[in-house]
Amino acid sequence: MDSKRKILDAIARHKHPPVPLPDLDRLGFISGDQVAAFTATLTAIGGRSFQLGGKMAIAEKVRELWGGRGRVITTLDYLADVGEQVFPGDIIPQRLHDVELAIIEARYAVAENGAVWIPEVLMGHRIVPFICQHLAVVVPIGAILPTMHDAYRLIGSEQYGFACFIAGPSKTADIEQALVLGAHGPRTMTVFILVETT
Amino acid sequence: MDHASLASTFNKDEPRVDWHDESLWWVRQKRDLQARSVADWEVLREVASAIKNNVLANLGTYLQAFESHAIKRGIVVHWAADAGEHNAIIHRILEENRITAMVKSKSMLTEECGLNAYLADRGIHVVDSDLGERILQLADERPSHIVMPAIHKKKEEIGELFHEFLGTPKGESDPQRLTEAARLHLREVFLTRKAALTGVNFAIAETGEFVVCTNEGNADMGAHLSDVHIASMGIEKLIPQREHLGVFLRLLARSGTGQPITTYSSHFSGPRQGQQMHIVIVDNGRSTQLGRADFKASLKCIRCGACMNTCPVYRRSGGYSYRTTVAGPIGSILAPNLDMRDYADLPFASTLCGSCTNVCPVKIDIHEQLYKWRQVLAKEGHVAHSKSLLMKGAAAVLSRPSWYQVSGKLLRWFLRHFPKIASKFTKWSDHRELPEAPKQTFAGWYKQNRVERNG
Repeated sequence: MDSKRKILDAIARHKHPPVPLPDLDRLGFISGDQVAAFTATLTAIGGRSFQLGGKMAIAEKVRELWGGRGRVITTLDYLADVGEQVFPGDIIPQRLHDVELAIIEARYAVAENGAVWIPEVLMGHRIVPFICQHLAVVVPIGAILPTMHDAYRLIGSEQYGFACFIAGPSKTADIEQALVLGAHGPRTMTVFILVETT
Repeated sequence: MDHASLASTFNKDEPRVDWHDESLWWVRQKRDLQARSVADWEVLREVASAIKNNVLANLGTYLQAFESHAIKRGIVVHWAADAGEHNAIIHRILEENRITAMVKSKSMLTEECGLNAYLADRGIHVVDSDLGERILQLADERPSHIVMPAIHKKKEEIGELFHEFLGTPKGESDPQRLTEAARLHLREVFLTRKAALTGVNFAIAETGEFVVCTNEGNADMGAHLSDVHIASMGIEKLIPQREHLGVFLRLLARSGTGQPITTYSSHFSGPRQGQQMHIVIVDNGRSTQLGRADFKASLKCIRCGACMNTCPVYRRSGGYSYRTTVAGPIGSILAPNLDMRDYADLPFASTLCGSCTNVCPVKIDIHEQLYKWRQVLAKEGHVAHSKSLLMKGAAAVLSRPSWYQVSGKLLRWFLRHFPKIASKFTKWSDHRELPEAPKQTFAGWYKQNRVERNG
């Protein structure tokens, strides 16, 4: 408590003229094909995407890409055939150390930087999108937004214990600026853009 | 040793200096490509700057709002007036939980506070998990750059270290294979550590959450596998509202590494079930800087490193010549705040070209602050005697036309007869030849020619 008082008092000693907060409405507003832009950016940062018509097509694509390649976990019920279901609450994170592939859902995707927004409730457990060797994320095509401003406008005051923007596979360039994918997190990142057919 | 002497040492290996210079310039060029791809880039910088100005004017209010929201979300908030208190708080948390080993992601604040050494002295083993920082920890060195800590290291040197400590084959220097070896080694660390420490990139007053940005995923691997997560932040990391993250996350990685965004922008808003989450809010001289009208803008810094990558002096003198955790142009205006006497040389380690100011995502007038620090330091008597004596001499001569004429004559005579001695007086001429002294002054030439024509 003592130090808190000390710090706040030290700050309060300096009087500053009031500075208004700027208007964020001046920012963003990009027109054009956002799906194409998202795909191009994601590819440029080392990820890949597939546009698929319907949930069954996703299950099929997963089998095609990763069939028989080790432990697969998912939070999505329509993928129960291809991976073990994980439910929030019953996970000891260390036990996920051998997960080869995790397939989860993202709420939004951002075209300008290739990132997807995943709140904790969609992860199963916070560690899931980080500990797997490969990460696949499903995003509805209508959830692809132009900029970060659009994303935060929609996120609004959503409550979460943890949430993350994830843009491509884990990477590092700490050795002589040489880009290496798969630093500590997933080695690959795949985004399934879901086009719902009626 | 001052910046100039340390830079001379660095400059002895010329090919290495060129390599260092080019590596950083390449990152600067990637930054330019990203900046140009964003149509509203300059508006973005202005908005970011305005938000940070608002933060500095309301810091106390925002800190208290942040604290009360974080507490409501189940986060334990600690306040540390200085580095020593920061270290003691973290030690106490670990001790209370009977933890003797911790994994840490990149945090320049813990470097500033000397946390690793403090904990090592008390029997607590800390492993740095950012690849660059791990390399330096094995080498027993400190980061030379805040974003790319091991930018000064060659892959062959890293190969040697990994051979010794991680058992990679002798002579292996392929970045892909070395990174894979570190991945396997650190995975074991992540899975077995009960405590994880991370830095903080942004803390949001409105919600009590904090955001950590990494490319490797090491902060998340540590935090989500730990029973105790500790986050260390300086008081200046506050931003008012969640939506302001849109502004800063668009700027940070584009400015720093030339990426559209870091791979992970993790928003921590409370511990998971059964976990403890602590935040240590640290002052350590920042509130003093807040009171210096000319220099408080340095607290707007978001630690992207763009000013270092673009700085012609940093690129050719290396991070170690600054002797501070934060090197380069921004470090040179932050360091004298902590210790004017020890770091009095740093504001002079600049050409004042202004490139740092031009790339700064939050529009800090870095080169103008460097210039202002020089005046403050001279006034306070912290400038090297030779330099201030020279300035006083120059002032005396320049204010007296007759002295000026005589001294000009003397100097020309001296330069003609002893050019080698003259160049010994200043570091500036270490690698430069002095120009040949003209035989005649302009005033003399003018007089002569006028007389001839008039006659």
